[in-house]
Parts: sequence; structure tokens; C-alpha cells
Amino acid sequence: MPTRHIISIGDFDRNDIDRLLDHAAQIDERNYDGNALCGKILAALFFEPSTRTRMSFESAMARLGGSVLSVGSVEACSMAKGETLADTIRVVSGYADAIVIRHPKEGAARLAAEFATVPVINAGDGAGQHPSQTLLDLYTIRQSMPIDGIDIAMVGDLRYGRTAHSLASALSLYNARLHTISPTGLELPANLAESLAEKGMEIIEHDDIRDVISTVDVLYVTRIQRERFPDSASYFNVASSYRITPELLADARDHLIVLHPLPRVDEIDPRVDDSPHARYFDQSRNGVPVRMAMLMQVLQ
Amino acid sequence: MNASASGENEGLLVRRIKNGTVIDHIDAGEALNVVKILGITGTTQEALSIATNVPSRNMGKKDIVKLSNRELSKEEVDRIALISPRATINIIRNFKVCEKKGVEIPTLIEGVVRCPNPGCISNTHEPIRTKFRVLPGGLHCCYCDWVINRDITGHII
Repeated sequence: MPTRHIISIGDFDRNDIDRLLDHAAQIDERNYDGNALCGKILAALFFEPSTRTRMSFESAMARLGGSVLSVGSVEACSMAKGETLADTIRVVSGYADAIVIRHPKEGAARLAAEFATVPVINAGDGAGQHPSQTLLDLYTIRQSMPIDGIDIAMVGDLRYGRTAHSLASALSLYNARLHTISPTGLELPANLAESLAEKGMEIIEHDDIRDVISTVDVLYVTRIQRERFPDSASYFNVASSYRITPELLADARDHLIVLHPLPRVDEIDPRVDDSPHARYFDQSRNGVPVRMAMLMQVLQ
Repeated sequence: MNASASGENEGLLVRRIKNGTVIDHIDAGEALNVVKILGITGTTQEALSIATNVPSRNMGKKDIVKLSNRELSKEEVDRIALISPRATINIIRNFKVCEKKGVEIPTLIEGVVRCPNPGCISNTHEPIRTKFRVLPGGLHCCYCDWVINRDITGHII
């Protein structure tokens, strides 16, 4: 039987996604065996900083009775001595039953899967893929409404934001309509927009969030990174016009939900946190049942 | 290969080969890229003849590459389709054409073109060959999903 990896949301078809989300929902209702992965070891190879992804994978493994091996930091491991990722993966395959990897280079998880003898889960590779985030984003949407046919507005850095790319690709399987609102230079990459359009997705660009706030079902906000701008003044100027506030949400539909992969900086006013629209902390919490379902899929 | 413009001194500019491969009907101007895509360099051993901008009845102008004492494999032949899909391959044995075939666009190419994405893992010192799926929209990097949809020859390794 071939080793099962989870590298890209593009490797899933709609049935695969629905099945995994159904399983996550079952887990969420505490309907799971807490010893399902007893004796199994997950190697966590995080070559880039991570809080939510790393901790929720660790939590997921612990809740299923398994354990986690980690390298402390890039500086502390052999890659700092010039070892190739391929060699690191071959070695770690001998220590663990599965590997979860985050790496700054795009395609690193795909390479890891070629050299690993155990399943590999991609926890983010550069500006590339982040399938576990996409699955938990979809799961959070599904908790509030059926995913089919939704109108979703993606706001912020859509050029470098890998979570937005993966989610947009997955939503093309659900006949969603995509509205994009992003600063000049940070628009959805043309390649991706073309490929989504080929899959039949309708993509509508807007200049202002206010143009769509009363018509969309989901607002997906991403962080605009300060380093993309020449100076602080131009950053603050742009960032302030993409900020989600209670005043903006006053015109929203009752059922609109606001999602954010976190961490947020200034994109969402903290006063929104108590609004019934805010779902970003639920979204973060959903990382655990979704990642439990993913671990069970590759390890059982 | 071609006759002179005046019709005098009829004859071949490039001599016939006894054994090897003749790649004919290459799009005019692409012969050097065909040589490059086959990995033929100054340090390899093949005897090589190239004719460019040769008059052709069907193509107007074409290029021809002759390789002595080397028969190309199917995988090598199909690489040529990426830059010259009308090319034809003649396998020559003892001055006779023993096999004649067209080229087919491959579904996957390995180690032929470099990924233009500087952030791609294939542009590091990892022990891998570049890998691209050949799709209607262009060449898709199997590692980072980057698409090369123009100037393929500019990315040949």
C-alpha cells in the first residue's frame, strides 16, 4: 500500500474533503478513541516559526494517545551544518511514524514525501501550500453554513498569503463565488486566478470592502505584512483602509462570519471579537479536531 | 544540405551520416535549442552537424540536426516536442533510414528545464532533478506549482 501523504489541497477531491470534515465533526463531539494512536510517534520538523499549527498538531497527537518528537530550532539541527532536507527526512523516517513539516521553500513537503518512508503532512511551505489550515477554514465555514455556493470575500495580502491561495482552490470545488479586495501589488497571482477561472470559479475584484460587505457570507481576512511596503507611513495608510471594524460590520448580513488564519496585527479591530460575526478564535480551536482527523487518516 | 540559390553546385552542405539520428523539420532557428535540450555540449562525444534556415516545401524554412553514431531514445526524442512539435526523427543505419517517427509531447519532463521560482525547493542543493507536468496551459513545476507558459527554451538547464 503506498504511503499516504497530505501535501496539497489540490491532491484532494471534494469527497475526500467532505469525508475528512465529517470525521473532524465526529471527533469534535468527543466521539473518538483517545488511544487510537497509542505508541505512534509524530516528528515535528518546523524550520519556520509556528505557534498555532505546531501546538495544535501536538495537542491533536496527545489527545489520540500518541507522542511528538521535535527539533528545537533550525539552529539546533543538522540542517544548520549543511545537511540536505532529503537526508534529514530519510533519517527522521527511522525515528517516527509520521512527519509534519513546515519549511520556508515552496515544494519542500513534496520533496520530503519523495524521500520519506513514513507519511508526510505539509504544515506550510513558503508561499506555497498549507492544507491543514484550509481544511480547518472549510470546517469553520461548515459549522455556520453549507459551503456550497457561498459568496466569500478575501481581504488583505492575496499575493503572498498561502492560506488564501489554498482556500480559494478548495472553494472552487464548492461553486463558491470569490470577491477579492487587496492593495495594489498584493492581488491574487494571475496564474492562480486563471486556474480558478478554468475550474469555473467566478472571481470579482473590488476596491473597497464596503462594496461587498452587505452581500457576502464569509469575510476571510489576511495579514498585510509591513515588510511589503517601503516605509511605515505607506503601510499604515494602506492597512487602515483594509481594517475590519464594528462600524463596517453594521451593514453585514446577520449570518456573515469573519475568519482570519491568525496571528492578526491591526487587520481586525479588537472590538469585533465580541461580535456574533467573529469566528477566528473558533477557527483556531478547530485546528485540533481537524488535525486529529488528518493524523488518523495517515497513521491508521 | 540545401542547394545553392543559383541552382549551381547542387549538393549537400551537410554530409550524409552512416549511422545515427537525423532530426528533421525542426522549426527554423530552434536547432541550437534542440542540441541544448538533448544535453549535447562541447564536452560530449557526438559528431554533430547542424543546418539552419534550410528551404522547406511545407515549412518555408526549417532546421536539421544530424548526430553520428547515436540513436536517440524515445524520452530524448519527446523532449524535442516541447520546442519543435513538428520535428521528425530518422534513425540511420548504414546510410539507410531504418526508422522514421514524429515526436510526442511528454506528460512529464525531468531534469530538462529549471523552475523560474527562486523560492522553489528544486533551486536549492537538494539531490533532485527538476520535474514538470506538461499541461495545456504550460509546464507545471511538480514541487511548487509554478507555471512556465512562455519562453520554455529560456529555462532549459
